[in-house]
Amino acid sequence: MTVRTKLIAGVALAAASLGLAGAAQAQTKEVQMLHWWTSGGEAAALNVLKQDLAKEGYAWKDVPVAGGGGDAAMTALKAMVAAGNYPTASQMLGYTVLDYAAAGKMGDLNDVAKAEGWDAVVPKPLQKFAVHDGKWVAAPVNVHSVNWLWINKAVLDKIGGTEPKTFDDFVALLDKAKAAGVTPLALGGQDWQEATMFDSVVLSTGGPEFYKKAMNDLDEASLKSDTMKKAFDNLAKLKAYVDPNFSGRDWNLTTAMVIKGDALVQVMGDWAKGEFKAASKTPGTDYVCMRFPGTDGSVVYNSDMFGMFDVPADRKAAQEALAKATMSKSFQSAFNVVKGSVPARTDVPDTDFDACGKKGIADLKKANDGGTLFGSLAQGYGAPPAVANAYKDVVDKFFNGQIKTSDDAVAQLVKAIDEAK
Amino acid sequence: MTLATTSAPPRPGLREKLQDALPKIVLAPSFAAILVFVYGFILWTIYLSFTNSKTFPNYELTGGLAYQRLWNWTFESDPPSSWYYSITNMAIFGVLYVGICLVLGLFIAILLDQRIRGEGLLRPIYLYPMALSFIVTGVAWKWFLDPGLGLEATLHNLGWTSFHFDWIKNKDRVIYTVVIAGVWQASGFVMAMFLAGLRGVDGEMLKAAQIDGASTFQVYWRIVIPILRPVFLSAFIVLAHMAIKSYDLVVALTSGGPGGSAWLPSNFMYEYTFKRNQMAIGSASAVIMLMTISAIIVPYLYSELREKK
Repeated sequence: MTVRTKLIAGVALAAASLGLAGAAQAQTKEVQMLHWWTSGGEAAALNVLKQDLAKEGYAWKDVPVAGGGGDAAMTALKAMVAAGNYPTASQMLGYTVLDYAAAGKMGDLNDVAKAEGWDAVVPKPLQKFAVHDGKWVAAPVNVHSVNWLWINKAVLDKIGGTEPKTFDDFVALLDKAKAAGVTPLALGGQDWQEATMFDSVVLSTGGPEFYKKAMNDLDEASLKSDTMKKAFDNLAKLKAYVDPNFSGRDWNLTTAMVIKGDALVQVMGDWAKGEFKAASKTPGTDYVCMRFPGTDGSVVYNSDMFGMFDVPADRKAAQEALAKATMSKSFQSAFNVVKGSVPARTDVPDTDFDACGKKGIADLKKANDGGTLFGSLAQGYGAPPAVANAYKDVVDKFFNGQIKTSDDAVAQLVKAIDEAK
Repeated sequence: MTLATTSAPPRPGLREKLQDALPKIVLAPSFAAILVFVYGFILWTIYLSFTNSKTFPNYELTGGLAYQRLWNWTFESDPPSSWYYSITNMAIFGVLYVGICLVLGLFIAILLDQRIRGEGLLRPIYLYPMALSFIVTGVAWKWFLDPGLGLEATLHNLGWTSFHFDWIKNKDRVIYTVVIAGVWQASGFVMAMFLAGLRGVDGEMLKAAQIDGASTFQVYWRIVIPILRPVFLSAFIVLAHMAIKSYDLVVALTSGGPGGSAWLPSNFMYEYTFKRNQMAIGSASAVIMLMTISAIIVPYLYSELREKK
């Protein structure tokens, strides 16, 4: 008996001391970062941040995540936070930041925010996610917008098309491509891609006011309205222009179809630009980037944020250094030039950006001033994840024919959102 | 045990005591780990399924709301709810996967058992798919079945343009592609089990049957297959729990299928717990999966333990 107890005590002690050793390693001059930016361009963009921090004497330490992708990272983060082992910061999206903040896990960046004047330069809608209860809890890294068309210029010229101004123009252009034997619309049949396209369709069909009411405020009357039904009808129209093989295709392979000229156009967020860039294509000559027809003037965004956790006081300085470096104009510019997005502050000069980036920056500023900057529901910036996924379910099932009419789709959407709340 | 030995009159020395306790000491850590990490977390999951947990666990009991949701979703077939898809797919996949693997595995094993030349080469060929992870199987079959890339495109290029096989893109058929890939992977393993069983069959008995005038079919149907009964049982248990656990194959092969039409309960559980922050519903679906597995494993364990008495 006593031998056993001693043994157990010994094992426990060993485990405890290992744990202590682990804790002591979390040095005060170190930034522990959880992220899933591992691909070439993204990793290169992050290197800028690493170097900035190294100059101030802070070491960068990636928190390893098994298996790429945001889902795996979020699962890992959940486990770390539940165990009380906070990273300095983590790449996070929209409502996740607010969930963690509401659970009291996030730090307070107000000192840095005040000193750097974030309140004035970060677009107001973004602050809804970066500020919780009057406290800055996250540093936005970029602003992506999803209401873009990516058109292959050569194909557009070949079929004698022009840039569409309205949704009907768009359909006419797709018809032209179909007649010419090109796949008109490149789409990857995964729920988020279909829903991301539908964000733009809703905005185009109903206008900015309607988008906000239906997709951000989740107003039931708007969700049930005829306008919403019309949006579903418009989505059904687009279905006629995808190739039969669209189902399950990844977004980057879909972009490759446009790059290679197998397809005319893709509706996708501005991360698609990274693919064009990697294929050494130039905006204007090789491809056209334009707002989804009928949505010019509005921006449907999502944004990557570095959520800052409530770390012990001795690690706070490193965290503040990270926050400051993240929001610096030089990093915001350097990072976003590579990433394809635009800076999360409105006062960054656009000199280093290409034509699409310049348009993105100008559009963001205009939308922010005009109150037409809205969160993308498909990308988790319109409503909490439960609702966003319910929305993706309905769009996916409608696009693939399980939900047959727009009347049914609207009814299902209201029900699904209600159940998810 | 310890109490009994210590109260015995001639007190054993430290050495004996230690020897006596050694197996327990060695087993204790893994026993404790299993107790906490398997059974503890099962209880925890059951508890969570009766709460209103969203992103994080919430320990206030709120009754069987999550089960009520699942129950309602069970009957939503038009348009199909994700849960309806999950459980109907489970039934289709489970029956076909286990059934085809057993039949095919037995068939190949019988063929290989004919003392043919080159068996040593053929056996590993059938067995190797088992060495692959489901992700590899899924991706390989995804490419092979993709109409624009794999089988269909190849045959079109060869001139057979009327050939169509687009099940992987078809919401009503996609689950069968999961069956195909799953069977490809596991039937070789089942074959190996049956082959071992066949090698254990007494040759004298077969010869006796043949002398009595039994046809080859009769020999297998009346004698060999009944002898293989324990192998059937083991193969069934292995396959059944693999079917219920299947998750990665669906993700790698179909990424959920058009409109979520390839989901299995494990996909449902992961989606709801980790991506939709509906932890209570995810837990409830996990409990239902556990009950399904128990319904298969418990009778098996029961019969095994009874036989050993």
